[in-house]
Amino acid sequence: MDEARPLVELTGTTVRFGATVALDHVDFRMFPGEVHSLMGENGAGKSTLIKALTGALTPDAGTLILDGEARAFHGPHDAQEAGISTVYQEIDLLPNLSIAENILLGREPRRLGMIDGRAMRERARVILHDLGLDLDPAAPLGTHSLAVQQLVAIARAISRDLKVLVLDEPTSSLDLDEVAELFRVIRDLKERGVAILFVSHFLDQVYEICDRITVLRDGALVGEYLTTELLRIDLVQKMLGREASFFKARERVEEAIGSEVAFLSARDLSSGAGIVGANVDVAEGEVLGLAGLLGSGRTELARALTGVDRPDAGIIRIEGEAHALDTPRQALSLGVVYSSENRRSEGLVGDMSIAENIALALQAQRGALRPLSATKVRELATSWVEALDIRPADVDVPVRNLSGGNQQKVMLARLLAISPRFIVLDEPTRGIDVGAKVEIQNLVGEMADNGLSVVFISAELEEVLRVGDRVAILRDGHIVETVASADVDVDSLMALVARPDLPEA
Amino acid sequence: MRLVKHRLFWPAAALVTLLIVNVVANPNFARITVRDGQLYGALIDILRQSAPLMLVALGMTLVIATRGIDLSVGAVMAVSGAVALTIIDSPSSNPNSLGTVLIAIVVAVLVALVLGAWNGFLVSVLGIQPIIATLVLMLAGRGAALLITDGFITTVNSDPLSFIASGYLLILPFAFFVWLAFVIIVGVIERRTALGMLTEAVGINPEASRLAGVRSRGIIWTAYIASGTLAGIAGVIYAANIKAADANAAGYLIELYAILAVVLGGTSLMGGKFSIAGTVIGVLTVQALDSTILFLGVPPAQSPVFFAVVVILVVLVQSPRVHRWGRSVGARFRHSDGEADAPSSPERQKEVAR
Repeated sequence: MDEARPLVELTGTTVRFGATVALDHVDFRMFPGEVHSLMGENGAGKSTLIKALTGALTPDAGTLILDGEARAFHGPHDAQEAGISTVYQEIDLLPNLSIAENILLGREPRRLGMIDGRAMRERARVILHDLGLDLDPAAPLGTHSLAVQQLVAIARAISRDLKVLVLDEPTSSLDLDEVAELFRVIRDLKERGVAILFVSHFLDQVYEICDRITVLRDGALVGEYLTTELLRIDLVQKMLGREASFFKARERVEEAIGSEVAFLSARDLSSGAGIVGANVDVAEGEVLGLAGLLGSGRTELARALTGVDRPDAGIIRIEGEAHALDTPRQALSLGVVYSSENRRSEGLVGDMSIAENIALALQAQRGALRPLSATKVRELATSWVEALDIRPADVDVPVRNLSGGNQQKVMLARLLAISPRFIVLDEPTRGIDVGAKVEIQNLVGEMADNGLSVVFISAELEEVLRVGDRVAILRDGHIVETVASADVDVDSLMALVARPDLPEA
Repeated sequence: MRLVKHRLFWPAAALVTLLIVNVVANPNFARITVRDGQLYGALIDILRQSAPLMLVALGMTLVIATRGIDLSVGAVMAVSGAVALTIIDSPSSNPNSLGTVLIAIVVAVLVALVLGAWNGFLVSVLGIQPIIATLVLMLAGRGAALLITDGFITTVNSDPLSFIASGYLLILPFAFFVWLAFVIIVGVIERRTALGMLTEAVGINPEASRLAGVRSRGIIWTAYIASGTLAGIAGVIYAANIKAADANAAGYLIELYAILAVVLGGTSLMGGKFSIAGTVIGVLTVQALDSTILFLGVPPAQSPVFFAVVVILVVLVQSPRVHRWGRSVGARFRHSDGEADAPSSPERQKEVAR
């Protein structure tokens, strides 16, 4: 395979941002008909390299050879013209236009100078059909799920002469079926000789779909490997550059828990269509994992438990006493806290410093008239920055400049600062690098050891099993089963999560 | 370099430049004369005349920090002026008694507070877009003011009232002390309590603030009440200055000048971080510009164009993009051999291509 000529080759790529070197003489190549993965921790230079490849930024040094020809891109448009397309995690399509209009935007077929709607829909249908997608080209894009929108973005990319397709974290908001559909499309494109760059934090998916892996660390190239020749543990080690910090095994709370010893117990909790008749019991010092596909009601359950969404029905008892948790503020005052899966939109106050973000919930609880002094805020923040190893350790840095893992830690610090009794962590490890992931997992263990009740939500079943003492399995808004983690493994859990309900006789 | 990085550097630089231009054009601008132990001059006039705009802009700063906007301030000024003067002018009261004037002011400001609370209710409880919610009062308020004055321009001769706008305390105008006091009061309330920080949190990310337990409804409501109240005081000062309640002219377009002053002071219209000191500088800039037009004798027909041109210049001077551009032009002059750290320069890109 190495004898084949690479379709695209970057040599000696160097990018500097002021004094910092984001990419240091990195070589990178992609072969036609191959799926290539770019791996590295946050800040390793992955996105910088992608930007250099797709023309979003111009490198300070280095060459780019596409199809045997030296090229220089002055913008994403140049790269697209040359056949390099990118589908971003945040989809950059227009939800108010139809699928056909999105696919052919800027290249609409014309008749007598007017856009020919019928021809446009027909062409879109052919393109979609090529991808094995059965969608109505006239339907507005916004009415479809994120997964479909992503496939439409790919359809848009292949509708012109496509040589290289870059998929940046394409699966982070897709469920298992949707991922399978995406992979089918990727394999199809591979057959046609397209070179595909697949960037993802999910190791499973990387190993499933990719032929070749390039590892970056601190802006430098570690190496290029064939997936079949690189063990996972070696990959992680190469990404981290050190022995991976392993998850500390923790004494599990073994015995089944009844409502009489539960710290928080919810009965018949319903919230919209998302979660129906859920019963949840979490004891002090216990970690309850929630497993389920996207849309199974994981987040809805979390929000109903913590006062973020007002439940339609059901009763929540805390230490045996019924409470109304109608607003986050009420829940917080009872020590019930929620850490959202959407760090940017529901978690962090981006323009504020680390210190202000950490102090926010405590200050809100004290009320505006009893301010924490500036010194107090700094002391509080500094102690949490040390305890959770938040980097940078400068508490005056605005949080929007932090990496995903550190932002997650700031959110945790904010909630832990009010000494909660019950914490719900919704996808706390999504989109963060392996090292920080393990740190967060360990932190959950420590919280539970300190008597906190934890509900832990993750799309990665392995993680749910590792962290949770028990796992509640959700399907279609119902808790279908709660099992002790010791009694199941990833495969049997997967079967429980995915099993469709048997038709009732 | 540190000084240049300070976020009030450019707003302050714009104000100072404007003042220097004035002095160069006409040295009389800087002249301050002492008469009967009181100071007079163009600069003192700026301090005196900025009172209404300063009060309105202070409230506007808080509202903008919550991601809102208050278009009704001018109408609220008209209402409060009409209320105050109607009370003073009523046949049963003596316009020259201090008691009457105080009662009139208190009632007028209370009415303004209620109007602010109405705006806050629409925005924070009913969740109406701030621009629409306050537009209601912006349009209806002047009508209400006309109703209060029976459609006439109520005029009064009241010494205690006139003192507010044109009197002197020690050596400086009383109106200056009024706005200074409110700048300090608002500054202390916002920064010595946690209100300012919570307001910024709500402005930057309302949902994250709600999840963190911040009472965003109360905070947003407070901002509109403050804005209404301050506009009410501004309305009294305006009426005191012209000794009349003119429902159509009072606070006409002041909402736009207040927004301009807030933005010139470095507070973003996107909400979030706000600066009271910045707003003070912004108001003084707008007011100085107003005086400049009078002082340089710009003909009335051309004054709006003159005003607009200067505002554009001031905004450009403060724009980070213009700063970057200025630096890269400077760098190109210093290194004509293309060693400048401009990765997007054409020379660079050719090198990459080779």
